[in-house]
Amino acid sequence: MDSEWKRFRDSPNSEELTRRSSFPDEVLERVLSLLNSHKDRSSVSLVCKDWYNAERWSRTHVFIGNCYSVSPEIVARRFPNIRSVTLKGKPRFSDFNLVPENWGADIHAWLVVFVVKYPFLEELRLKRMVISDESLEFLSVSFPNFKSLSLLSCDGFSTNGLAAIATHCKNLTELDIQENGIDDRGGSWLSCFPESFTSLEVLNFANLASDVNFDVLERLVSRCKSLRVLKVNQSISLEQLQRLLAHAPQLTELGTGSFSQQLTSHQDEELKTAFSNCKNIHTLSGLWDVKAIYLPTLYPACANLTFLNLSYAALQGGELAKLLVHCPQLRRLWVLDTVEDKGLEAVGLNCPLLEELRVFPIDPYGEEIAHEVTEAGFIAVSNGCRRLHYVLYFCRQMTNAAVETVVRNCPNFTHFRLCIMIPGRPDYTTNEPMDEAFGAVVKTCTKLQRLSVSGLLTDLTFEYIGKYAKNLETLSVAFAGSSDWGMQCVLEGCPKLRKLEIRDCPFGNKALLSGLEKYESMRSLWMSACNLTLNGCRALAREMPRLNVEVMKEDGSDESHADKVYVYRTVAGPRRDAPPSVLTL
Amino acid sequence: MSKPVEHDYIGLSELTSVEKCSDRNNSKKDGLHLKATELRLGLPGSESPEREDHDPGVLSLKGFVSGAKRGFSDALDRGGKWVFSRGGAGGSEGLFSPRSSGNGGKGLAGSDAGLGSPVVKDGGLQKQAVVLQEKKPQVAAGGGHRNEISPASKAQVVGWPPIRSFRKNSMASHPPKNDDDNDAETKMGSGCLYVKVSMDGAPYLRKVDLKTYGSYTELSSALEKMFSCFTIGQYGSHGVPSRDGLSESRLMDLLHGSEYVLTYEDKDGDWMLVGDVPWEMFTNSCKRLRIMKSSDAIGLAPRAMEKCKNRN
Repeated sequence: MDSEWKRFRDSPNSEELTRRSSFPDEVLERVLSLLNSHKDRSSVSLVCKDWYNAERWSRTHVFIGNCYSVSPEIVARRFPNIRSVTLKGKPRFSDFNLVPENWGADIHAWLVVFVVKYPFLEELRLKRMVISDESLEFLSVSFPNFKSLSLLSCDGFSTNGLAAIATHCKNLTELDIQENGIDDRGGSWLSCFPESFTSLEVLNFANLASDVNFDVLERLVSRCKSLRVLKVNQSISLEQLQRLLAHAPQLTELGTGSFSQQLTSHQDEELKTAFSNCKNIHTLSGLWDVKAIYLPTLYPACANLTFLNLSYAALQGGELAKLLVHCPQLRRLWVLDTVEDKGLEAVGLNCPLLEELRVFPIDPYGEEIAHEVTEAGFIAVSNGCRRLHYVLYFCRQMTNAAVETVVRNCPNFTHFRLCIMIPGRPDYTTNEPMDEAFGAVVKTCTKLQRLSVSGLLTDLTFEYIGKYAKNLETLSVAFAGSSDWGMQCVLEGCPKLRKLEIRDCPFGNKALLSGLEKYESMRSLWMSACNLTLNGCRALAREMPRLNVEVMKEDGSDESHADKVYVYRTVAGPRRDAPPSVLTL
Repeated sequence: MSKPVEHDYIGLSELTSVEKCSDRNNSKKDGLHLKATELRLGLPGSESPEREDHDPGVLSLKGFVSGAKRGFSDALDRGGKWVFSRGGAGGSEGLFSPRSSGNGGKGLAGSDAGLGSPVVKDGGLQKQAVVLQEKKPQVAAGGGHRNEISPASKAQVVGWPPIRSFRKNSMASHPPKNDDDNDAETKMGSGCLYVKVSMDGAPYLRKVDLKTYGSYTELSSALEKMFSCFTIGQYGSHGVPSRDGLSESRLMDLLHGSEYVLTYEDKDGDWMLVGDVPWEMFTNSCKRLRIMKSSDAIGLAPRAMEKCKNRN
């Protein structure tokens, strides 16, 4: 699509055409309204002024990857007809407690503008934002058409806020509460949905701990005939799950509750029947406290399963193997490392269509390393799953040779996130750095968009990345590199780089300043526990006024040391809501 | 090492120092079966403090013996917490400061051969256990209690590994229960912990309440009493002198004569040698017991025979 417009724009008649408006605005807007991808829309808006205007009037969904890159007023000015907003706030490393508590990213300032400019707002999807109960209540009463709320990795709110949403949003279709820092004060929020309320299509409260009133839930599920996504929490037992499934065989995504109740054989049969009536399930998750003997009850529902999320279910290798036999259509699989290499061999054998694999550690701190996956499991998966293009793999040991084998088997990786959990760990068979492993990744996987590196790495890794990773957009680095040169290679070599996050690496001011020109084409840069000083950051801020350079100081650290640095492009100027511990230079 | 490391009946080499080996020889000559007991129901570490220092050469040899490809550096790193503890108690982040991170990994891997670490030792021990059952080598969690590095070893790098707090807290507060569809009642604190005990060749099984015993010795005596009736007319075929009639000491001789091995099935479904881990840990993870014929345990019988011959 891009190239066609370019041709149009560059052809000698294009200017004339637009002036003569052979496309009346209404037609152009109508056509452009069919565009959904925000990247396409950005391209469209650059064609010419008419197209820019037609695009902005026809846009109904806006995606803002960094809430501080723009202000709500600017957004509202450009896009008058927005119905749906996606906002991301804190730097990603806030998920790992590296960002101070009160850093910012509060949604309220946005809501206040939206209530005036977008009174018919329908959808809000937030990631790593702070949202208070007051904001949730404000949201629920101020937007009569509000339909869809999705919160991931957010904090600042409690179940009281959810109660407000349930009480006031008469047209709610989606309530999706994913892994958040929520203050769980009990499950009574669920009872706030009025008896007359029937519009729910998506309900996800899997990550809330408290018990909910099951009768209320059951009635809700049975009267919401359009319900297609239901993810319950651990308080829901197998027997209760069976009753819910009996009311909602139309579900396409199911998150079970606890999977470990003692069932009589009759109950077991009933559950199996309930699952076999669910012919449309393509996504399955939950399985908290799973007891493998009950897994066969869900086999009948697995025929069309494309996404299986077992990342909270501690299955062993053999148990996983038995389950996978029933899931021939699997495209995405998330597991815990309790399945060990044996389980991953089973993945390789049973899941030829697999595209995404994530292996999480059950015991990340290694207090009791009873289970883990190794390079053998990784190779086994790659042998059997040649379509694999997304991997997130937590392990404690890896070898260069293994990674080379994996990418030889699966050259189409777009997302390669390898986390060797012991910082600075070399190839355990050769004792060499893991440079060649990641070199193989970037050389072989030309479509690579996202890379996370780990293990003992020298500047050579970054030379490889700069030289070969031409499609790389996101890079995460920890405990790696030997000198400024490494970071410079990346900044100079990766044309599509948008997000760079670095921690505990020997990169200093020289490296930071080598990217002066680069940062405006990137969304953001994070550097913590590196060799940056305040002066270096000031120099950057001085040279690049359209970047916000934020320095977060740790208590008791050296005065001149810049402990945590967050740099991002913005058209909104320096932010005014930063707490005292965050200096904007 | 030119001299083959002495193995006890189960195929586990006596660890570490030559001194330890000679101790064993002495105690065998004294007929102190308890110490050199083939059943090894006593806690290995508690009886032999000299296990704590180890000879890296031996560790490597063990690695070789068990067929594991892992080198010493791997054994060091496996502990995970050992790596962190190098930085000392004063802030593990210091270890990973930019100034040292480039060398940190290498330094840890290569240069500290002399630093004895029980965690490492346990890793070695478990690797030997591979000979008996095909279980992945694991760092015995009991290493924690014997680990003199403890406070620093628990120091963790902030935000590492990169797992969302939500997930970490979930797994911590809801430790996944393991499959317990066998008959062991594993509710903690319910006052009893009955597990099945089987003995190869016996016509029926017994049940014992692990909570009624405080140590391996007590368990061992109780089992001996329980199963003595099944050993009528059986000899130790390895030169243990026969006795008339049945007696507890006969069974003891049989057990110590290494015709039988006491094993248990743990939470993960693996068959383990009784006696390796602290008693508490054993009772927490034991699902059932099996008094197994030595000949069923791989590589067992020949060494056991040697042992008996040496003794006599």
